[in-house]
Amino acid sequence: MSAIATPRRGLFPRPTATTGIASWLTTVDHKRIGIMYGVAALFFFVVGGLEALLIRAQLAGPNGELLSADAYNQIFTMHGLTMVFFVVMPLGAAFMNYLLPLQIGARDVAFPRINALSLWVWLAAGLFLYSAVFFDGLPNGSWVNYSPLAGQIGPDPASLTLQDAAAAHQSRMLFYSLGLQIAGVASLASAVNFITTVLNMRAPGMTLMRMPVFTWMTFVVAFLLLFAMPVIGIALWQLMFQVRFAAPFYDPTNGGDPVLWQHMFWLFGHPEVYIMILPAFGIISEILPVFTRKPLFGYTAIVFSGIAIGFMGWGVWAHHMFTAGLGPVADSAFGIATMFIAVPTGIKIFNWLGTMWGGQIRFTTPMLFSIGLVSMFTIGGLSGVTHSLVPHDTQQHDTYYIVAHFHYVLFGGALFGLFGGIYFWFPKMFGHLLNEKIGKLHFALMLIGFNLTFAPMHFLGLNGMPRRYYTYADGMGWNFWNAVVGVGAIVIAISFIVFVANVWLSRKNPAAGADPWDARSVEWLTSSPPPVHNFDEVPQVSDRDELWFRKYTQTKEAAEPVRVPAGGSTDNPGGPYGDRVSGKSAKELGIHMPDPSWFPLLLSLGMPIAAYGVFYEGATMIALLAIGGIITFGSMIGWALEPSAEDDH
Amino acid sequence: MGLAALASGCMTDFDGSDTSRIPGPDPERALPANAMDPLGPVAASQDELWDIAFPITIAVFVLVFGGLAYILFAFRDKGQTELPKQVHGNTKLEIAWTAIPAIVLVVIAVPTVQKIFELVEPPAEDAVHVTVVGKQYWWEFTYADEDVTTASELHIPVDRDIFITLDGTAEGADVLHSFWVPSLAGKRDYVPGTGRIMRIEAAEPGVYPGLCAEFCGLSHANMRFTVIAHEEAEYEAWLANQKAPAVEPTGGIVAEGAEIAGSVCIGCHTFSGLEGNADSRFGPNLTHFAEREAFAGYIYDSPFGEQVEDPEQAMEDLRNWIVDPAAMKPGAQMPPFGSGDLALTDEQIDAVIAYLGTLE
Repeated sequence: MSAIATPRRGLFPRPTATTGIASWLTTVDHKRIGIMYGVAALFFFVVGGLEALLIRAQLAGPNGELLSADAYNQIFTMHGLTMVFFVVMPLGAAFMNYLLPLQIGARDVAFPRINALSLWVWLAAGLFLYSAVFFDGLPNGSWVNYSPLAGQIGPDPASLTLQDAAAAHQSRMLFYSLGLQIAGVASLASAVNFITTVLNMRAPGMTLMRMPVFTWMTFVVAFLLLFAMPVIGIALWQLMFQVRFAAPFYDPTNGGDPVLWQHMFWLFGHPEVYIMILPAFGIISEILPVFTRKPLFGYTAIVFSGIAIGFMGWGVWAHHMFTAGLGPVADSAFGIATMFIAVPTGIKIFNWLGTMWGGQIRFTTPMLFSIGLVSMFTIGGLSGVTHSLVPHDTQQHDTYYIVAHFHYVLFGGALFGLFGGIYFWFPKMFGHLLNEKIGKLHFALMLIGFNLTFAPMHFLGLNGMPRRYYTYADGMGWNFWNAVVGVGAIVIAISFIVFVANVWLSRKNPAAGADPWDARSVEWLTSSPPPVHNFDEVPQVSDRDELWFRKYTQTKEAAEPVRVPAGGSTDNPGGPYGDRVSGKSAKELGIHMPDPSWFPLLLSLGMPIAAYGVFYEGATMIALLAIGGIITFGSMIGWALEPSAEDDH
Repeated sequence: MGLAALASGCMTDFDGSDTSRIPGPDPERALPANAMDPLGPVAASQDELWDIAFPITIAVFVLVFGGLAYILFAFRDKGQTELPKQVHGNTKLEIAWTAIPAIVLVVIAVPTVQKIFELVEPPAEDAVHVTVVGKQYWWEFTYADEDVTTASELHIPVDRDIFITLDGTAEGADVLHSFWVPSLAGKRDYVPGTGRIMRIEAAEPGVYPGLCAEFCGLSHANMRFTVIAHEEAEYEAWLANQKAPAVEPTGGIVAEGAEIAGSVCIGCHTFSGLEGNADSRFGPNLTHFAEREAFAGYIYDSPFGEQVEDPEQAMEDLRNWIVDPAAMKPGAQMPPFGSGDLALTDEQIDAVIAYLGTLE
């Protein structure tokens, strides 16, 4: 057979590098993709954090003059967009990429090249959005970008002539709508990939109800992404046509409806909140059992409450619109739904407490961050319940009370969980632990800074301070707490510097081994960092806490489990690390792994090029659209016809 | 009220803010816009929900944080050699902590729904009907039954239902705004292209600051207004004065100012009764400008106000405003009159200011 087969030639030879920059640019390894997601997201965290510092510096005292109104509007808009789309979502995605195949005992995700595509498209979207700074300025309509402000009437510099202001405004709004559309492509591709991976690639014995909770939450989030992204995609597409081609969708002077945008935005926007928080819930559901030496309390309840949150998350969006005047029936229905989404969230909190109850709690850094999530998220959840008091929410809406609430949820909740995850899986990813003492300092500073920054915002909001104000007069009673908030923001910044220092100072820490924390799930079964193929031998899973039951056994006489003597146990003669990594490459072991490819990176370049075309007229527009289109669709063809690097197929 | 209100109330003592910078006739009110200190029946009714829910949230907070603190202390790792009992869950507990919060939530759901419907009841018979239009960046108030239009200051009688129509179909409607008088009621969005209703009511005469609460562009932060509540008789007197046409110019510099107003300013502003007046609604109605305490989205003290702290500074602000409005309030739609196509001489600007000062 092989004598008559001629090797198929692709556009490029299939890359084979395993080290160097090219190997990272062409990689389809979910672990490398996860690491790149994480590093890029932390870079964007610095950018979004600097924006936050500018905001707080401007508002630290009354009549701040650091920023002009126009600069402030751009900066607070980009702070929101950056933190949502380029920090919290991708940090979650970093863990999903890295952990999902490892936790279900797979060698990679279902579609490795599409996985790489998600990364590059997402990164292209972020760079595209920020490239607005080289044109007519960054988007400045806030992250929700309500029409008609987003439409024909722009919040743009009055120093410009009307014509110039209109052009600047159009450019900024196009960066918003096109940048987020491109980012949405990345999310959709990931969603399909993760759903397929979970459904098809689990190791033998890994039933759905044996999956780690983080994997479960990834699964739920993937469905949320799959259904939420098209909604915002359509809205952004319509906004693009409204801004660029005067389509009427949200323009009341032209028969459009500004409230329609609000519905579209929040029908995406509320599930988006759960897209951001559920991965963190999953992370701490992994961490808490490890450091209490107990299984997760109420696994089934936690999984099903996660699913319930995913479902109910679609029925509460109008609580972002209680002042829009939807009428008493809609207000009542959405108010009640909002109250009752607190039930599954409460179930999670109680089960986490139940997990810790009766355990032997080790206060490691990941554990501290997890406890931070449980406590800070509780505060955010309670203030969330007060939003469901519809008539009173009309007092809270669009004030700093709301800003306080969602930072308790997304910073106190999501980011604390994600940082906990970084400390927890860092040894798995890089082979050595982070310094525990510096880690605890990081946690303490972040907790203090976080509360100094966001707790006073509750008072400011109830005391009448609206959001999105670039300045406030002296004498409003807002001076003191704003100064405190400014100090808090600096403490948060210092805490992040401590984290970066920790990563640097820990770089020569001794090797951590496969299982430094005495953990429970199968990703700790393989070496740290894992080989490209994850496991020499795909683990056979017989329990939810598979690794734990390879290490500990429970006799009939004694209720308490005891450590299996080194060397093995009755049901697992290979020892706790029966699937220990041999150090051989996949090829030597006869394992087929997906080959690297240039096409995901190449394809991702086409979209922003085409997007720039929308800004221009005539020949320039057509040329850019054509080049972008040829790169995008040409890459798809090249991708489809790409041969394998190995000659074994 | 509640803990948060106490916390925000306490802070005024050590908040070093200087209340004199807030335009408006009541510098005594140290907290100009406290949502937790309702001063009218609408805000009080909304606040009642908080009074029900806040103790519940505090109870849950204490329960969770107390429980967490106990767990972290009692179950800390004490170096035990044997493992803890491997508990996987407890169905009875799961049912309990699903059902109990659900029941607690019903306790707050019922009054919430009741209040939602109460607040949209039709206006009382003696209600004052006011049409509100939000514009970048100031508020216009029209008294439906009285043929009175004013800006930035909403005068109301106490103890009467003030039924507000936020008219997004009015000429000059631009973007979303949100009408908010924290002491009197929660906010309601102003939606271009359609109408929205809300109500406020003041229990006592006084001054109640208002803010724009929906991001509306460059000067979103500079779009303030004030509600001034009067006893009935005082309100009627105010209304009668508002119905009167603009004070006749008396000659000299004032007459010169009136002439300029009648040929230039009337392009955007209304001066009822002035020769040349075209009832333009593009800018605020200036017929009784000197009656108002502040101008430019209510962020600068008017030199003609009764409560002005520093009349010289206020006069300079007004002059600078006419010279270059956008420098005083970013994004202001009024063109500069200190330079460019519409430039007036210093003397002409003085004359216009002199005329404005007579418009009681």
